[in-house]
Amino acid sequence: MTPRKYLVLLAIVVFASFGDISLSHGMKRVGAISGARWTELFAAVLNPWVALGIVLLLGFFAAYLSALSWSDLTYVLPATSLGYVLLALLSVWLLGEKVSFSRWIGILLVSSGVGIVTRGPSVTHRHRPEPEPVAGDKR
Amino acid sequence: MNALRTWSAIAGIVLSSTVGDVLLSRAMRQIGHVGELWRREGLGAALKAIVMHPSFLLALFFMAVSFFGLLLALSWADVSLVVPATASLSYVTNALAARLFLHERVDRRRWMSALLVCAGVAVLAA
Repeated sequence: MTPRKYLVLLAIVVFASFGDISLSHGMKRVGAISGARWTELFAAVLNPWVALGIVLLLGFFAAYLSALSWSDLTYVLPATSLGYVLLALLSVWLLGEKVSFSRWIGILLVSSGVGIVTRGPSVTHRHRPEPEPVAGDKR
Repeated sequence: MNALRTWSAIAGIVLSSTVGDVLLSRAMRQIGHVGELWRREGLGAALKAIVMHPSFLLALFFMAVSFFGLLLALSWADVSLVVPATASLSYVTNALAARLFLHERVDRRRWMSALLVCAGVAVLAA
């Protein structure tokens, strides 16, 4: 794991939580969609907050694809779960909620899960030949 | 009734996002390090390798299903329930699926981490 790879993991965390906050804010403005009028879901993407959420989630997706290309799914997912801690903090700062004792416990549990997985290997090594390094390829 | 439809949506989101993640992970592992591919052959070649991959396209379909499921669920219930609940359950289903279908070595460390995160996210939702 290089510093650059940790930056990609950080980008996943930041884009995902800001994207979710924006989607949530947008859908609250759109209002509840009933089962009979489910096609309104497609119109919901025109709401500016939902659209911003989608743009942010596209940024998340690019970073996520990059991370999956060099590490295991069972590494990337827990390693980026700090996003839920950030999401909880953002809902406090942006939506004015209070952090209860149980929420601090949740933050502690997620953080320890992240701490544990990031101390281990990021990829399952399989017995197969490495691709030939190309001349001039900077590593 | 409202709780039932919300939790049905959550189950649907978890299932489709797990299938999507596993397919996506498989596609990206087969393509290899995209950063290096970008440097070697340019951004166009890297993007082409990704969007032409059958597993990637199938993954996109499942992620679209889970995304519209998420929008639907968010229109019924709070983000502070829906997002952590789907996420929390996904850590366990993903660990199982990664072991079964991707043959990742999910050792005790990773199981412990997945369960801690799952529990933590569940507590955050409560």
